[in-house]
Amino acid sequence: MPKKNQPDSEMLKGTMDMMILRTLVGGDAHGHTIAKVIERTSEDVLEVEQGSLYPALHRLEDRKWVSSHWGTSENNRKAKFYRLTAEGRKQLVRETSRWRQMTRAIGLVIGEEGGAR
Amino acid sequence: MRLFRFFHRKQSDAELQNEFETFLTEETADNQARGMSPDEALRQARIKLGNPQKVRESLWLQNSPLLLTHAGRDLKYALRTLSRTPGFSNIAIAVMALCIGAATSLFTIVRSVLLRPLPFQDPDHLVMLYEHHRGAQSSTGDFVYNPVAAADFYDWRSKPQGFEDMAIMRYTGYNLTGERGEMPESVHVVAGSWNLFQLLGVQPALGRAFTESEDRPGSSVVMLTWSAFERRFAGDAKIVGRQVHLDGRPYTVVGVLPSWFAYPDATIQLWTPYRADALPGMLQHHDWHQSQAVARLRPDVSLANAVARLGAIQYQLHLQYPHDPVNEDVAPRSLNEDLAGNVKKPLNLMLYAVGCMLLIGCLNVSNLLVARGAARQREVAIRSALGAQRATLIREQLTESVLICAGGGLGGILLSMLGTQLLAHAWRDLPTAQSIHIDGAVIVFACALMFLATLLVGLLPALSTTGKTMTKALQTSARTGASSTSRTALRKSLLTVEIAITVVLLLAAGLLLKGFLQLRSADVGCDTKNLLTMQYSLPDKKYDTPEKVNAFNEALLERVRDLPGIRAAALGSTLPGAGYWGDFVFTVKEHPPLKADEGRPEAVVRWADPGYFSALGIPLVSGRFFTNDERGARSYKVMISHQLARQYFSGDIPIGKHLHVPAHFHPGTPNNVDYEIVGVVGDTLYQVGQEPKATMYFPILEGGGESQTLAVRTESEPLQLSVPVQKQIAALDPQLPVSDVLTMNQVIGKSLVNASLSTTLVLAFAILSLLLASVGLYGVLSYLTTQRTSELGIRMALGAQRDQLLQLMLFDGLRPALFGLGLGLVMSLAATRIFQSMFFGTKPIDPVVLSSVIATLLVVAILACLAPAWRASRLDPVKALRTE
Repeated sequence: MPKKNQPDSEMLKGTMDMMILRTLVGGDAHGHTIAKVIERTSEDVLEVEQGSLYPALHRLEDRKWVSSHWGTSENNRKAKFYRLTAEGRKQLVRETSRWRQMTRAIGLVIGEEGGAR
Repeated sequence: MRLFRFFHRKQSDAELQNEFETFLTEETADNQARGMSPDEALRQARIKLGNPQKVRESLWLQNSPLLLTHAGRDLKYALRTLSRTPGFSNIAIAVMALCIGAATSLFTIVRSVLLRPLPFQDPDHLVMLYEHHRGAQSSTGDFVYNPVAAADFYDWRSKPQGFEDMAIMRYTGYNLTGERGEMPESVHVVAGSWNLFQLLGVQPALGRAFTESEDRPGSSVVMLTWSAFERRFAGDAKIVGRQVHLDGRPYTVVGVLPSWFAYPDATIQLWTPYRADALPGMLQHHDWHQSQAVARLRPDVSLANAVARLGAIQYQLHLQYPHDPVNEDVAPRSLNEDLAGNVKKPLNLMLYAVGCMLLIGCLNVSNLLVARGAARQREVAIRSALGAQRATLIREQLTESVLICAGGGLGGILLSMLGTQLLAHAWRDLPTAQSIHIDGAVIVFACALMFLATLLVGLLPALSTTGKTMTKALQTSARTGASSTSRTALRKSLLTVEIAITVVLLLAAGLLLKGFLQLRSADVGCDTKNLLTMQYSLPDKKYDTPEKVNAFNEALLERVRDLPGIRAAALGSTLPGAGYWGDFVFTVKEHPPLKADEGRPEAVVRWADPGYFSALGIPLVSGRFFTNDERGARSYKVMISHQLARQYFSGDIPIGKHLHVPAHFHPGTPNNVDYEIVGVVGDTLYQVGQEPKATMYFPILEGGGESQTLAVRTESEPLQLSVPVQKQIAALDPQLPVSDVLTMNQVIGKSLVNASLSTTLVLAFAILSLLLASVGLYGVLSYLTTQRTSELGIRMALGAQRDQLLQLMLFDGLRPALFGLGLGLVMSLAATRIFQSMFFGTKPIDPVVLSSVIATLLVVAILACLAPAWRASRLDPVKALRTE
């Protein structure tokens, strides 16, 4: 398990949750689809590690932000589909606004510092 | 929620694996769509998935509460290591069980006797009141708490003072019979004032309590205690309102007390109103000290204040009756202490002893754990080299000691459940024996004890095994030749402390034993061999004149003396060693009158018939015994004890002098009668362990007390003659019950039962501790021997003789024993003052006890060391050198 005092992974964990939730806005999906959608929409910049995707999905399910059910995938495989709950939708709103605030703040800081130089 | 996840870890793991499957198929399908070959597609998919095992592990961890899993793992680990060495584990658990069990049992008893409030309403405001003679010192054997005179009590109650109410009671006894005199039985009775139950807040289980109008002379109502109600009246509620016969007179049962009510003690069968059978003098005279008072404090008054106000009233009474023994002051005492007075000291003593034993047990187990730690040194070193944290290692070792102590504690609770009842029944004087049982508080106490023991037992060895730096640990464990001196030193110092405490305990037990043996061999002042005693009490309805009493007594004596196998028979009121039972104040007529501030002479009072002294073997010092003529018509003669003669006739001849005793003590005598001293007899003890007290004897055949003790000197085993003697009593009066049929040795033994029990127990604790200490000694030395095997082999190879090695090892083992002995003696010296307050009649430093303790300890220590030392000296040098 990553140690808690590593801010990178802590931040990543938060963004991973947010991205999963965002992906599920488009409809129910199983793990593979979620990973694929994130990779595609990020223009293959972000590569989703399965090692953090699945624990994250289980964690979100524990927190009741997503629910799960077993269904059949496009390739006729039994797959576990995840669905965004109402609670999860609220959480997504909270996290995206926090993210926007954060990136704006960071942008401002970087921009000002760059300007000063 | 976390727990839910914890219990569904398996299921969620299975789901995860399913999801992996899905991922692989989807990814392979995607890859194939991109034009890869099926094999390559699967390979790429696998690469993308990464290590599924790692993901599973991280999810598994995510689902497990960390603390719980760690604790579970530690527990499993500890269980495994403990069960791998069953010998060690069983011994350690047994030691802890014994120690915790003993401590729990004693705490149970102490709690119910000394700490638990009595089951009365608002018991904190209840207090016993006694008269107090200023200047009385408990250390010099004076009575600090004197019984209350009824007349004083009624004055207290009628005047304004700080108590809400106060009640009075007094022990008495009756012959209880059915309506036609059937089933005679002599019963213990308490006469209590009508407001007593109301004051204590006790509601009768059936019927009602006494009313104020029933508390008058001649009243004939009675209350039953639950035990009498169940036993004699078969628990039939219809008994309320019916009649029972006490001393041949009908009494109406008005109520039954609840089953939990066993106050002032469990032997009480009946209660009567206080004044019902009071002799007229008892209620009028301020010097008739026979009762106990209990009072309820007013909530707005402090105890000190209330007692001071009452003391002022009492001082007025003292001034009002300057020539009577009226005390100047009042002394309060809590109800608990009042009931537990006699057992408090031995209980505390045993609590100390058991505490010492617990400490020794903990040290012992701790020592064993250190030894185990030494054996596992290499394992610990390797594990810490592999990255185990010190905290983890300590936690693991502590888990082991927790398991040992938990096992020991459980065993201890079971043991104390058995032991407490046995102990409570063996101890006759415990005031609340029937209410002693294991309850929640005791379990909590046992758990706390377990916790403390765990800390004590586990922390030291855990710290010592893991304390070293890693390299050092690896170094020392690499070669057995170099024994780790620090660990050995720790074990030796633990052992030293253990032996020191054992010495203290042994010394205490030795002093106790010596004191007890002194008590047992104490001369009560008469010949106790082949002496049968029994008591009877002539009911005053049937034997209403002194003549009738006399006729019965004399007829009985005559009949008994005619029996075969009987040397002598005599009557007395109270036998030597059978208790105090009251005193009279007196003045000597021939001496100048006492000054007002001078203390009144007082003497224990007894009644005896002419043959009493020769039958009991009490020697005549001077003068003569009573004669057979000194009866019937009052002769006013008295005999005194040697102590009285010494104390009040120093340098004077007492024979022919006269003692003056307040007339109302002897009902029916004219005032201003003086008793002529006719003889002086040897001293007897009223109680074993107490100093002899001045005693005076009046002729019993003048119709003294109504309760008589028959003493029969027999030729052989006295109890064999008890039935023939009892038949003689039954032949004279078939309705007269006989009680306390005992040999003289049993009478004395009765007062020693508790001393005997506490001595036995403390001795048992001490011997157990000695055993534990010797096991510890043996263990340490055995361990040292195995550790030094190769060293010893080298010594032998270099030419050391076997007896030299024996000596070496013996002295090595004996050193901590000797240190411990020295330390223990120093500690005992420091504790002299505690010892002094605890032990009856022994000096705290007794050469006999001291030397026997030292000798015992040395012998045991040598024995414990001998076996391993012997083994060391018998080593085969070739084999010894090879051990590595």
